[in-house]
Amino acid sequence: MSVKVYVPCDAAAVSVGADAVAKAIAAEIAARRLNVTLVRNGSRGMFWLEPLVEVETPQGRIAYAPVSVDSVAGLFDAGFLEGKPHALRLGLTEEIPFLKRQERLTFARCGITDPLSLSDYVSHGGYRGLERALKLMPETIVEEVTNSGLRGRGGAGFPTGIKWRTVLNTPADQKYIVCNADEGDSGTYADRMIMEGDPFVLIEGMTIAGIAVDATSGYIYIRSEYPHAFRTLRRAIATAYEKGYLGENVAGSGKRFDLDVRMGAGAYICGEETSLLESLEGKRGQIRFKPPLPAISGLFGKPTVINNVISLATVPIILDKGSEYYKNFGMGKSRGTLTIQLAGNIKHGGLVEKAFGLSLRDAIYEFGGGTASGRPLRAVQVGGPLGAYFPESLLDTPLDYEAFAERKGMLGHGGIVVFDDTVDLAHQARFAMEFCAVESCGKCTPCRLGSTRGVEVIDKIVADQDRAQNLELLDDLCGVLTDGSLCALGGLIPYPVQSAIRHFPEDFYKPAPPTPGNGSSKGSRKALGEAEETRPWH
Amino acid sequence: MGNPKAWDADRALTRIKELASQPGALLPILHTLQDEFGYIDKAAIPLIASELNLSHAEVHGVISFYHDFRHSPRGKHVLKMCRAEACQSMGCESMIRHVEKRFGVHLGETTEDRSFTVDAVYCLGNCALSPAVMLDGKLYGRVSREVADFLIDSAQRHA
Repeated sequence: MSVKVYVPCDAAAVSVGADAVAKAIAAEIAARRLNVTLVRNGSRGMFWLEPLVEVETPQGRIAYAPVSVDSVAGLFDAGFLEGKPHALRLGLTEEIPFLKRQERLTFARCGITDPLSLSDYVSHGGYRGLERALKLMPETIVEEVTNSGLRGRGGAGFPTGIKWRTVLNTPADQKYIVCNADEGDSGTYADRMIMEGDPFVLIEGMTIAGIAVDATSGYIYIRSEYPHAFRTLRRAIATAYEKGYLGENVAGSGKRFDLDVRMGAGAYICGEETSLLESLEGKRGQIRFKPPLPAISGLFGKPTVINNVISLATVPIILDKGSEYYKNFGMGKSRGTLTIQLAGNIKHGGLVEKAFGLSLRDAIYEFGGGTASGRPLRAVQVGGPLGAYFPESLLDTPLDYEAFAERKGMLGHGGIVVFDDTVDLAHQARFAMEFCAVESCGKCTPCRLGSTRGVEVIDKIVADQDRAQNLELLDDLCGVLTDGSLCALGGLIPYPVQSAIRHFPEDFYKPAPPTPGNGSSKGSRKALGEAEETRPWH
Repeated sequence: MGNPKAWDADRALTRIKELASQPGALLPILHTLQDEFGYIDKAAIPLIASELNLSHAEVHGVISFYHDFRHSPRGKHVLKMCRAEACQSMGCESMIRHVEKRFGVHLGETTEDRSFTVDAVYCLGNCALSPAVMLDGKLYGRVSREVADFLIDSAQRHA
């Protein structure tokens, strides 16, 4: 039997040299005439260790990391194929504390299998959820998902089962399943990881959703910033069709489910579900009024289940192991696991799948090892660009939807961006408004214009022009944005702004700097001036 | 990224017709034309509008809405630099300023010799390895000023 060596094909691993390492390993295998199989797996999610190379041994998979091209020959010389000692040897992968302390349900296979091997997928428990779903009545499938307590992992936390029930109970000649893979929030990459590391689990989850609500067609809408994941999905979907898991006779059941993947075009707002639907229909990604809910009138006016990648990718394990199993993880109304993404200025950045309830502090220090710079932590932004900035004193907040809401924050997708003491929160608040101005779809006036006014007001505050009045004005503006916006972009952009003022007031009361602003700001997605020229609604 | 072909109306129309029958065909058509020609020629608007039974204004409205679509060719190499929060926390702004200075252009602009376009992007999903950039469709992590220089030098050598 040949030895198996694993080198991740995940885009993040590749971004620090995994392809070059794989090439160097293949060259050594050829030069030394060895009987070794090189597998390109997904990432285990320990990004600070990438490229993380694993060797299969009778004791289990042994990790060597981080491997550079220069260290490859030495690894062969040291006998790494037998798991022998080397300076980069980390022991059994599963025993690495970062991984060992996790509860991987949705990511059970990610990093272990070859993402594009359907036989790997099936031999690691794949398609067992679908198998069970095909034996159940649609109502029972929806009930399982409802009972599991699964809530939308895209950020809003709306109960998934309720969306499904509405679609199931709405009669129509055509229904759709849409996967929101427009993972645009900074600090989040769980969707990308699962699409690149275990794409069949998403395909299976969408197929189960289709069977549950009687939808025969599905779309994955993925952002154009993820070309690597797009290619992986394309290939996985083609394989699923070839092997009879998609198409007119899903797994021999006689039921139809077609799936296609569509690429976005660089608009953050298309992560909002109604904008996404407009975009899928070939229109400008402007948000829609609700009601009607997409579950009643969604894609092409038909009842549509629209869920985030992680929500849909969690469905197979719920169906496979039962809702009780899944529900037993978590706390309060947040059931199951959260895919925490440690990002930014963090020593051990990576994916931590863990039952809800872990404290922010433990996530950052126990798993993340503190800041990457080694400087003191000053602020943490949880939940993407629309999430609040928390100071050190709020780090004991448990990772739970309600606990964050109580502290005027948002758990969102579970992305945690850490900043050290060099951060300027007035600059971050200004950036939030600037980002909102660049990415606003233009439908609501408070968001379209208020964001630009917000940048100006913050500039005045920083420059110490009528500071007290302008702080009051900013507060008032934030109130208008909160109350007067249709969607979460305008509605939540006050979160980062007001939390910055609330928790870090000293950054807004500094002596005026010699030149206002934050350096150059011209460019297609940067300059507000230019955006005004090219965007007719300004 | 492949070398884009020169604008060719017949070729464009063939591409449009291939895709026009699928539901919500406009974005796939625009992506295909841009991949093929490097940009969306304004002459494509009436062709698309007629095939999809849309007004010129509707097609124009979609092209101008999305950051990705453009009416003019970009440089030979495209460097997208992330300036979202996670990358900011690791000092992307100073790396970006360094690159702007090196090329003498601002984000969103192309160098005079048309060799490089530098662009801002908001999140490449590589937030545990910040700062991140994408050069000609390939993702890079932990991009310091030195790494950025190395990537640019390598791209120029293989020009």
